[in-house]
Amino acid sequence: MPFALSPERERKLQEILERYPTKMAVTLPLLHLCQEQAGYVSDEIVEFVSKRLDLSPAHVKGVVTFYTLYNQHPVGKHQVWVCRTLPCALRGAYEVIEHCEKRLGIKCGETTADGKITLRTAECLASCGTAPMMQVDRDYHENLTRERVDQILARLQGG
Amino acid sequence: MLKRTNYLTRTYGKPEGWGLAAYERELGGYQQARRALTTMTREQVVDEAKKANIRGRGGAGFPMGIKWSFMPKGSPAPGAKPHYLVVNADEGEPGTHKDRTLMEQNPHACVEGCIIACYGIGAHVAYIYVRDELHLSKARLEGAILEARAKGYLGKAPFGKDYAVEVYVHSGAGAYICGEETSMLNSIEGRRGEPRMKPPFPANAGAFGCPTTVNNLETIAAVPAAFGLGADEFSKLSALHHINDGGVRLYGVNGHVKKPCVVELAVGPTFNELIHDVAGGVLGDKGILCVIPGGSSTPVMRPAETVHAPDPKSPLHPWHGKSVFDVPLGVDTMRGVGTMLGTCCVTVIADGTDPVWCMQNLMQFYRHESCGQCTPCREGSAWLLRVSEKILDGKASLQELDGLHDIANGIMGNTICAFGEGTAMPALAILQKFRPEFEAYVRGQRSRADARLTVEPWS
Ligand SMILES: Cc1cc2nc3c(=O)[nH]c(=O)nc-3n(C[C@H](O)[C@H](O)[C@H](O)COP(=O)(O)O)c2cc1C
Ligand code: SF4
Ligand code: FES
Repeated sequence: MPFALSPERERKLQEILERYPTKMAVTLPLLHLCQEQAGYVSDEIVEFVSKRLDLSPAHVKGVVTFYTLYNQHPVGKHQVWVCRTLPCALRGAYEVIEHCEKRLGIKCGETTADGKITLRTAECLASCGTAPMMQVDRDYHENLTRERVDQILARLQGG
Repeated sequence: MLKRTNYLTRTYGKPEGWGLAAYERELGGYQQARRALTTMTREQVVDEAKKANIRGRGGAGFPMGIKWSFMPKGSPAPGAKPHYLVVNADEGEPGTHKDRTLMEQNPHACVEGCIIACYGIGAHVAYIYVRDELHLSKARLEGAILEARAKGYLGKAPFGKDYAVEVYVHSGAGAYICGEETSMLNSIEGRRGEPRMKPPFPANAGAFGCPTTVNNLETIAAVPAAFGLGADEFSKLSALHHINDGGVRLYGVNGHVKKPCVVELAVGPTFNELIHDVAGGVLGDKGILCVIPGGSSTPVMRPAETVHAPDPKSPLHPWHGKSVFDVPLGVDTMRGVGTMLGTCCVTVIADGTDPVWCMQNLMQFYRHESCGQCTPCREGSAWLLRVSEKILDGKASLQELDGLHDIANGIMGNTICAFGEGTAMPALAILQKFRPEFEAYVRGQRSRADARLTVEPWS
C-alpha cells in the first residue's frame, strides 16, 4: 500500500510548506510527520517524501540515514533513551543503564520480546543539571532514583 | 564578586511563567521590540546591540553586535536576496543545559529577541532550530509565537510598522554536529547536516544562499533585557565590561556538586564561586580533580593551575600567580589561561574520579557524533576512542599512549569545522594533565575494576 498522511497531518504539511522558500527545506519536518504516524521511515515513506517534495529518493534516503532520530526499522511501542554522556555518568548513568537492562532482560539497542520497549543510550540531552536522566517517548525524566526508574518501567510494561 | 540578577530568569518558576501575561507583568512584554521597530532605524538597533557587549553565548564568544553589522546594509532592493536570522537552540554540547531553561520558562524573551534582531539585520524570517528531543521547549516556543501573533507582534505589520516578521520553529533530528552553524544551515535547507567550508561566511551566503546571521538562543534572548536597561547600563553589570564582555548570562553547574543548577549572574563569577557559593560545594566535601569549563570541547582545568601574566598590560595581570579558579570567567580571560569559556556550564569532577574513564566516555561521544566528511576527524575520533578503551582495559603499550598525542595533533587544523579541535583539544588537555594516571594503567598499577566515575553509588 502506498503511504499517505492523515488529513490532519496533511493540513500541517501545507502550513509548513509556507514557511520556507524551497520545498527541499520541508524534508526534515515532513519526515517527522511521517514517522509520527508510522513509527519508522519505511521505503514507501522515502518514496512518498521524494514525490511530494520533488526530490530524488537518494536525497531523502541520505537525509534519513544521517540523523539518528529517524528509525530505519520498526521499533518498540515505547522508546527509552538513557543519557550516558559524562555529566550524567558522573551521577550514575552507567548504573541506570545496567539496572534497565537487567529489569527488561535486554541490552541497549534491543526491543523487549513483547515489542513494548526499545532501550537505547543517548548522548547528552541538555539535562546535565538534573542527572541522571532518561527520555521516554517525548518526556524527560530527571534526577532519576532506582525507585523512579522502576515505576517508569513498570508503567511502560503495563501499558 | 558574585552578583545574582534576574533579567532573563524573572519568569522562572512563576505560575504560567512562560505565558504572555507573565512576560508582560515581569519583563515589560515586547516594549523593546515595539520601541525598536517604531522609533529606531535599523542602524540604531545594530549600534545599540554593539554597545551591549553581548559575547555570543553559543561557545565561541563572538561579539553579537559586530556579527549583526556584517550583514549587507540598507534594505534589500526589490528582487534582491532576502536576509535570514537563524537561532541556534540545538543545545547538544555535553554539559550544557541552559538554553532549554529559557525556552521552557521564558520563551517570549526568545521571540521578542528575534523580532529586534530581524529588524536589525534586515531579515523578515527567523528560524529557531531546536533539537528534536526538546519537545517541551518546542511547544513553549510555539505557544509564545501564537500568543505574539495574536497580539499583532508578529506578522505583516508588527506594532503597526510596515516591516513583516515571522518566527518559525525548525526541529532537528538527532545530530550534535547540527549545532555547528553551517551544518545547521544545511539541515534547515533539508540536507544532511554536514558542515560547509568557510568562506563564504553565513553573512554573505547562509540559509538558501542568502545573507544570514546565526546566533545562539541565549544571545538573542538577552537582547530585550539589554535594550530595556539601555545597552551601556546592561554591559556595565559585568565585571568584565572593560574588556568588552558585558551584561548578564546563564551559568550552569553540573557533575559532582551538591546542588546542580542553572542561575543568572552578572558576567564574571569564578569557578570557586560557582562551585561553592552557587552549587553548594563538592559532593561528599571532596576536593576537586578538575573542571570542564563550558562544555566537553573546552580543555579541563585543575585547581592547582596558576595564572601566568607578568605583563602589567595583560588583562589577566591582576590574577598573576593566583589559582585559575579565582579568575572571573570571561571569553578572553579563559582564553588567556589556556582553555575556553564555551557555554558557561561547568562540569565539576571530584577527587577520586578516574580521568582515563572520563576520557574514554568523552571520546565515545565524539566518535559517535563526527559527521565523517574529513578523514582526520572521522578516523582520528575512532582511534582516540579505541586506544582509550585499550588503555582502560590494561592492554595498551606506552607507545600507544604516546601515539594518542599524535592522533589528536593530526586532527588539529586539518578539518572543515571546529568539531575537530573540539575533539582534539580536550583530549590533549586530559592526556597532559593526567599523565601519571594514564601511565599507571599502562604499567598495570591501576585497572578498570577500581575505576570510579560517581562519588556515591547511584540509588
Ligand atoms: C561542533 C559544534 C557544535 C556546536 N553546537 C552549538 C550548539 O549546540 N549551540 C550553539 O548555540 N552553538 C553551537 N556551536 C557554535 C555555532 O557554530 C555558532 O558559533 C553559534 O551558534 C553562534 O552563535 P553566538 O555567536 O550567538 O554564540 C557549535 C559549534 C561547533 C563547532
Ligand atoms: S571536522 Fe569532523 S564534524 Fe567537522 S566537518 Fe569534518 S568530519 Fe565533519
Ligand atoms: S550528559 Fe546527560 S543530559 Fe547532559
